[in-house]
Amino acid sequence: MNKTLKSGIWVLISLLGASAVGGIAINRGENINAIWFIVAALCIYGIAYRFYATWIAATVLAVDSTRATPAERLENGRDFIPTHKWIVFGHHFAAIAGPGPLVGPTLAAQFGFLPGTLWILFGAVLGGCVQDMVTLFLSTRRDAKSLGQMAKDELGAIGGTAALIATFSIMIILIAVLGLIVVNAMKHSPWATFTVSATIPIAMIVGIYMRYLRPGQVLEASALGVILLLMSVVGGRFVAEHETLRLLFDHEGLMLAWSIMAYGLTAAILPVWLLLAPRDYLSTYMKIGTISLLAVAILLLQPSIKMPAITQFIDGSGPIFGGKLFPFVFITIACGAISGFHSLISSGTTPKLLSNERDIVMIGYGGMLLESFVAIMAMIAATVLDPGVYFAINSSAGIVGSNAIDAVAKISAWGYPVTVEQMQNLAQQMGESTLFARTGGAPSLAVGMASIFGKAFGDGLLAIWYHFAIMFEAIFILTTLDAGTRVGRFMLQDILGNIWPKMGETSWTPSVIFTSSIVVAGWGYFLYIGVIDPNGGVNILWPLFGIANQMLAAIALSVGTGILVKSGKLKYAGITALPLAWLVIITSTAAWQKITSPDIRIGFFSAANDLAEKLASGTLPPAKASIAPQLIFNLHLDAWITLFFVSLLWLIIIDMLRVCWRSITGKPVLPLTESTHIPSRLVDDWVRD
Amino acid sequence: MRLNLRTIWKMIRELSGDDAYERYLKNFHKLHAHDEQHECDTPLSKAEFFKQWQDEKWQGIKRCC
Repeated sequence: MNKTLKSGIWVLISLLGASAVGGIAINRGENINAIWFIVAALCIYGIAYRFYATWIAATVLAVDSTRATPAERLENGRDFIPTHKWIVFGHHFAAIAGPGPLVGPTLAAQFGFLPGTLWILFGAVLGGCVQDMVTLFLSTRRDAKSLGQMAKDELGAIGGTAALIATFSIMIILIAVLGLIVVNAMKHSPWATFTVSATIPIAMIVGIYMRYLRPGQVLEASALGVILLLMSVVGGRFVAEHETLRLLFDHEGLMLAWSIMAYGLTAAILPVWLLLAPRDYLSTYMKIGTISLLAVAILLLQPSIKMPAITQFIDGSGPIFGGKLFPFVFITIACGAISGFHSLISSGTTPKLLSNERDIVMIGYGGMLLESFVAIMAMIAATVLDPGVYFAINSSAGIVGSNAIDAVAKISAWGYPVTVEQMQNLAQQMGESTLFARTGGAPSLAVGMASIFGKAFGDGLLAIWYHFAIMFEAIFILTTLDAGTRVGRFMLQDILGNIWPKMGETSWTPSVIFTSSIVVAGWGYFLYIGVIDPNGGVNILWPLFGIANQMLAAIALSVGTGILVKSGKLKYAGITALPLAWLVIITSTAAWQKITSPDIRIGFFSAANDLAEKLASGTLPPAKASIAPQLIFNLHLDAWITLFFVSLLWLIIIDMLRVCWRSITGKPVLPLTESTHIPSRLVDDWVRD
Repeated sequence: MRLNLRTIWKMIRELSGDDAYERYLKNFHKLHAHDEQHECDTPLSKAEFFKQWQDEKWQGIKRCC
């Protein structure tokens, strides 16, 4: 194509993107079509990918397509295998995309559609994508080493230890909050509980099928599993309408929380082939299938966004979680904009498959763009709901009252009209007894998805669509729960193995049971507190998760910045240093507020003191008084955890700055650990095309 | 069009690991073809290979949030 035409096309894309973003940003009072979100996103992604990502790859990182990658040099036919770029992209995306980008935007929609959308778009192209790509590049140049190892080799012992602690902490808090989301979706919903429970035996059937009945026939077994899953969604209705069967699946939150803990422990101990691996297949297909379906449905239906651009809750009084727009929108939407966890996949796992360095842009940067797009769709699904309905589903009983009439009165008084009849009708359409105070984001996302699917593909199946969406979220939340518990177990066994080598044997049963129990007890504690907390728990746990995840991102960006400076690329270090500076600002501010704010909905200590005073003066109702001591203890614990995270963050930053300063002033630093240049022998691109 | 469908099918099989055994055999023969003297074992059976492949695939952090 000739050069003028090419430039012309990019100018057009820029103009279209600018007008879409502008339209979204300045639109006030009238409904805006969701299609503009898609257009804005695609244009921004296109421009960022074409200009920023390729510039970073060519100029800053200097990717070298003639250099053999670890997959080629260390090829062993097992984990190091040069693989076609689209296959690597598929594996990479399946690994990084979890429930995070669906939940964060749903919660952050309380500020209106604009702040979250802008952060998802710009946070991704300037922060998250860069982090993923740079980490992938650095690990590729270092024999596919993990982030923790690179931090240790390049910055020193502090960075390495911090990465380990951060990973373990995130895992614990993430699993707790995800468990809470599933509990809230299943609470007193026999249909959802049946469908989610059914995924367990279905996964086992698939596991046995592909291990023993027809070994290795992965697709056959998966097809069987998907059919059974869809049957369980439909079968749930029968259970929900059956007089005796429904009682078996109609439970309080606490009972469900104990079941999830028991399940997590069992799943971490059982062999992977029986539960974890087959469940992962099913969740990956469901995830990719449903996300694509949602994109198609949004394009077909072109729904209107009903949430205002900005709500009054930017002042910090939001019902879903307390805290002002700055910094809490940036903490709430972690995955989808920038997620530290991705750096663990970008180092260690994906580089072992990469056949050529030049694919780093597409896989590292492009993979994160796609995840950001998933977050945009979650934002659309949350904001196409009537705002009154959105707040009624997502506000906890502790905020709006447990009585439906009080709740609608309070929400309507905020300026988001909703009626009891409207909520009852909606609940009935969705096949649920009630949708009030279904916190955690999954139910409102499911209602949003069901209404989009229902309108695009036929209105008669709303209840089926709703429970399909719940099943879709639950199945990969449970996969993360299983996989996370297992990873936590391995990490703990590794640590304990230093003290008592026998504990480090991953197949020694007493060690397996002991370490799994500790990990489950860790997240189980937070899950339990979340369930008994009348304010819903998600409002406490999700910001904590956000802070932890951003902290891990800060570690990854510190490693990137440190290495750029050490390689004499100080003038380009801004590509990672600027997102890092931003993360440090938002994480520190959020942590500071969570610890010191006098507002009892934000500050942990002030909430604890407030509760303690009420308890002492005897003004608490008996039910609340009995749990108050546990809640007070938990608030103190959360405050100390937050303080610990932010101290760790600063420790890493200072350590990184020390290394950079020494490097700039010519003092000795740890040497670069880049592997030597070996020319690639994968000529003719046989593996890539 | 037919070629595209075939490519897509190939990709689905590779992504899911459905063809992992076939790729293993190919790799096995490639690595052992030029080494006649080498006393190598016969390739694993499909069931054996699949067991190892699956167990190995699940070491370390494989899933994110």
